[in-house]
Amino acid sequence: MQIYLPIAEVSVNAFTLVGLGGLVGLMSGLFGVGGGFLITPLLFFIGIPPAIAVATGANQVVASSVSGVLAHVKRKSVDFRMGGVLLAGGLVGSWLGVWVFTLLQAVGQVDLVVQLCYVVFLGLIGAMMLQESIRALRRSSMPGYRKRLHQHNWVHRWPLKVKFRASGLYISAFPPLMVGLAVGVLAAIMGVGGGFIMVPAMIYLLGMPTKVVVGTSLFQITFVTAFTTLMHAVSYNTVDIMLAVLLIIGGVVGAQFGTTLGARLRAEQLRILLALLVLAVCGKLALDLFLTPDDLYAIQPGIG
Amino acid sequence: MRAQLAGLLLLALTCTASAQSTVPQGDVDALPVEAAPAETVVAGLSSDSVAITASFDGSDILIYGAIKRETPIPDGPPLQVIVTVEAPSSGVTVWRKERKAGIWINSEAVRIGAAPGFYAVATSAALGDILLPEWDSRYRISLSHAMRAFAGQIAVESAVPFTEALIRIRENEGLYRLDEGSVSLIDQTLFRADVSLPANLVEGAYKTRIFLLRQGQVIDVFVAPINVRKVGLERWLYRLAFDQPFLYGLMSLGVAVFAGWGASAAFRKLRRP
Repeated sequence: MQIYLPIAEVSVNAFTLVGLGGLVGLMSGLFGVGGGFLITPLLFFIGIPPAIAVATGANQVVASSVSGVLAHVKRKSVDFRMGGVLLAGGLVGSWLGVWVFTLLQAVGQVDLVVQLCYVVFLGLIGAMMLQESIRALRRSSMPGYRKRLHQHNWVHRWPLKVKFRASGLYISAFPPLMVGLAVGVLAAIMGVGGGFIMVPAMIYLLGMPTKVVVGTSLFQITFVTAFTTLMHAVSYNTVDIMLAVLLIIGGVVGAQFGTTLGARLRAEQLRILLALLVLAVCGKLALDLFLTPDDLYAIQPGIG
Repeated sequence: MRAQLAGLLLLALTCTASAQSTVPQGDVDALPVEAAPAETVVAGLSSDSVAITASFDGSDILIYGAIKRETPIPDGPPLQVIVTVEAPSSGVTVWRKERKAGIWINSEAVRIGAAPGFYAVATSAALGDILLPEWDSRYRISLSHAMRAFAGQIAVESAVPFTEALIRIRENEGLYRLDEGSVSLIDQTLFRADVSLPANLVEGAYKTRIFLLRQGQVIDVFVAPINVRKVGLERWLYRLAFDQPFLYGLMSLGVAVFAGWGASAAFRKLRRP
């Protein structure tokens, strides 16, 4: 069933979009990532103009994260205080990121910087997570091994300590604020919610337990992407609500299945899967940079 | 027997008729073609507007017409017809990638001031055989003439590979088309052409042009507009997005939050029978 999208001005198959939304929703519920880093490239691939793909992708992420976060709230696996601190950093960061984005655009190499950001960050995070989670899986399969609650490192010696009860942490508010800020900057430049950076940062930098990480990350992503959607709609008119609705229908259902599935899988397995997914996307983007493209020429609308 | 005779008679009559018609034509031929527009186009479109609805997936437009002439059909090579349909033009930038430090990056660009988003050319025979280059450039008929005006300075050695790339890419997307021989012409008098508009149409005033050609020269042109516009829900959403962007943004968010909450609530119900 073909459907004409009013803002994107292209005609696409409605079932493809629902399926795409479902797939990304599943990832969202399973790993606590918004799925922006998947949906945006996938939308480019089916011929949606990039600016519309980024803005509408953000809108879709709002829906799947609301769906996911509600499921997590029921299971009491959201640290609201931590989420709020991350969000405060995130909003400032995304405002800064938009400023950097405009600067890059003026220089004329925004595409390249975005792509390089993806490759570098996805590669680093994917490799780090894969290595760590394989080690953890080996350890937990050995009987008699008892894990420490969490490791104490440099972040625990900072001032302004706050109790994050749901995470079982008593740390300074600065590290989460900075994580939120950094992720916000990157999210605005890369046009994603930033969950795939946030989740490992929460686990490895802040030392939060994996079960709380997913819900808290979704909580923060919901607000950051809502902010991004509104910003795109107001300043660039690039949110296509028809496209968003189709993606959302698939997305919310997918997110529910993802959360159910996530509750059954072990945390280490979950992390290995996410690491592999992140590495796969990174590999694909890296290939695009290094391999000779099929067509050396590309058309970009406008003469700006 | 009688029927056969009648048939023969008819054949003989038509033969003489066509023979007669060629006689005065001999001296008319000596005159320059432009002096007397002996043949003009009378044409119509199956529809002069295209409505883009939510289920829009392309549209076929029938362009038909006749050649009006006061004098008999001239001698020599037969009349030819070219039909073009073009979308409104907009500016585009064509980038060329280059390998720098191992990675492929956009290095050079040519900015084209105006290139139509859609351009179809339908002809009654091979384009090169029926249209002389000078007439092509005068009326901008073939695909290579579809785009106009480079914007700003051209920093590259030659813009030709860039414009060729634009045509090639758009041809692959089905946005630029040359359908040779797709105009059917009957007795050098009646013609029809079916032009299919793709699903990826943009709104605007489209233009249809019909050219009559003899010996590679354009002897008459007929221009008709086709109005392509969004209707119903498509139009409403489009207007809202541009006239009330904040409201539209809030609505998009509302839909997203509601859908997310709805799915969450529905699944809880399902799981707890």
